[in-house]
Amino acid sequence: MNLEKLKLNIISSGLWAGLAFAVFFLILWEWGPVFFEIPPYIIPSASSVFIEFTRAIETEKLFWHAGITFLETIAGFVIGSLLGMSVGYILGVSPKAEFVFSPYILALQIAPKVAFAPLFVLWFGFTVYPKILVAVLIVFFPIMVNVLGAIRTVDPDMINLARTFNASRWQIFKMIEFRDAMPPLFSGLRIGSTLAIIGVVVGEMVGGSIGLGAILVFAEGAGNTALAFVSIIMLTIVGIIVYGAVILLERRVLHYLPRSEYNGI
Amino acid sequence: MINSKQTPNKNSSNNVRIEYQEVGKSFNNRGQDGLEENIVAVKNVNLTVNDGEVVSLIGPSGCGKSTLLNMGSGLYQPTVGEVFIDQEKVDKPNSHVGFMLQKDLLLPWRNIRENVEFGLEINGTNSSQRKKRSSELLEKCRLSGFENHYPHQLSGGMRQRAALARTMATEPRVLLMDEPFSALDAQTKMILQQDLAETLFSENKTALFITHDLTESVALSDRVFVMSQRPGTIIEQIDIDLPLRENPMARRHDLQKEVGEYVAQLMTLLNVDELAIQEEV
Repeated sequence: MNLEKLKLNIISSGLWAGLAFAVFFLILWEWGPVFFEIPPYIIPSASSVFIEFTRAIETEKLFWHAGITFLETIAGFVIGSLLGMSVGYILGVSPKAEFVFSPYILALQIAPKVAFAPLFVLWFGFTVYPKILVAVLIVFFPIMVNVLGAIRTVDPDMINLARTFNASRWQIFKMIEFRDAMPPLFSGLRIGSTLAIIGVVVGEMVGGSIGLGAILVFAEGAGNTALAFVSIIMLTIVGIIVYGAVILLERRVLHYLPRSEYNGI
Repeated sequence: MINSKQTPNKNSSNNVRIEYQEVGKSFNNRGQDGLEENIVAVKNVNLTVNDGEVVSLIGPSGCGKSTLLNMGSGLYQPTVGEVFIDQEKVDKPNSHVGFMLQKDLLLPWRNIRENVEFGLEINGTNSSQRKKRSSELLEKCRLSGFENHYPHQLSGGMRQRAALARTMATEPRVLLMDEPFSALDAQTKMILQQDLAETLFSENKTALFITHDLTESVALSDRVFVMSQRPGTIIEQIDIDLPLRENPMARRHDLQKEVGEYVAQLMTLLNVDELAIQEEV
């Protein structure tokens, strides 16, 4: 079909443009600092970052640290999501519970979660737990808020429909509310997946010697800007993996939505 | 079904499927001034629908037609009076009443087959029986081949047919329908009316049907109840003394004159002409 062809055209021309931009960006990164006389400890060139990257793999156990960060992020994201979903569903179906707990939840939501990181390090030491905990806290809110909102806005006629079939409260939840809240849940999961890594990295920066956050702090202390760049790039990659996993899951679960309802990226 | 306690009369009362006795409903509403006000939606409604009858309910918008239907389905309780379906007092939703709304309410995450099986899944029918029943109904509603489609892939008419199939799946004896076709275009609507009329007739279902469309009410029903402005009550009952209730197309087509006369009568009862003049002023 014509539309398909058009779409392919856009994709292929977009691919070329994207590739061209990447090359341009790398050239700028490599020779820009030299051209503008920016010293390497401010912006190291692309090649020196790459060399630092290969060095860090061998001598700094970069992949091991990245793996730790990755697992902490996954753990924080999964636990935070499950918690956010559960609380969202519970408050969603019980207005009384929402009335009782909403002030506390609001307070916790407004409190900057990363500020808890030093406290958690104090409690749990230089282990992985404070990092996971900060991620859990950060991930929790967007997911809970989305689920809660979704449960509240389920079309009452849909619920009445189930009721006219004599559905039990549990069936209404399982067959209507839970499913109807899926698209907003996934919007929350997308946001949460990008936030999880922030929580983890702050935790790592505050205490301990493991994970990419610790490498970042070490690089900063040693004046090794290239290593800081490497850590940031690795952190971004970890974030992209988690986000990508959410997107893949979303496509599988929300396959029934018309295509146009997919957001880009 | 013989109920020995009831004395049979002309309309042998165990033949009655739907019965409203002195039904009234009021709602508490907080007005703009913040004061609670009691709004009487319907009052003193008495009506009976016999086995196999199709009865329409018409009236000005906001007169409480839907309120009446919701009480029949058990979604909420009357403030005064009682509603009986099959001589049983309705105090909660009840599985032998089928309910259908203007919105098709197909669940977007279920394909058409799963949507049709929705009620069966709720009442715990096993999956092989569900499948058998849904195939049968999809065939009857001319949706074969669309089992695995999702609602958004279907036209409005097909979606409403799927909703009808879902309603029929649990084999309700009584159908309560709230303007099921009013969101459809004129042609699709006539086709669906035909489908519905045939199904109701061949399966001997009893139906109470809300509509805004006067011709629809005449084409589809044995009787028409006319309701007043709010607080709504039934002001007139008209027997549609025409053949071919199972074939509304033929009624519209071959009995144009008679149908037209009934419609004119309904218009007079609803003061449609006068209201039109008021609107213009």
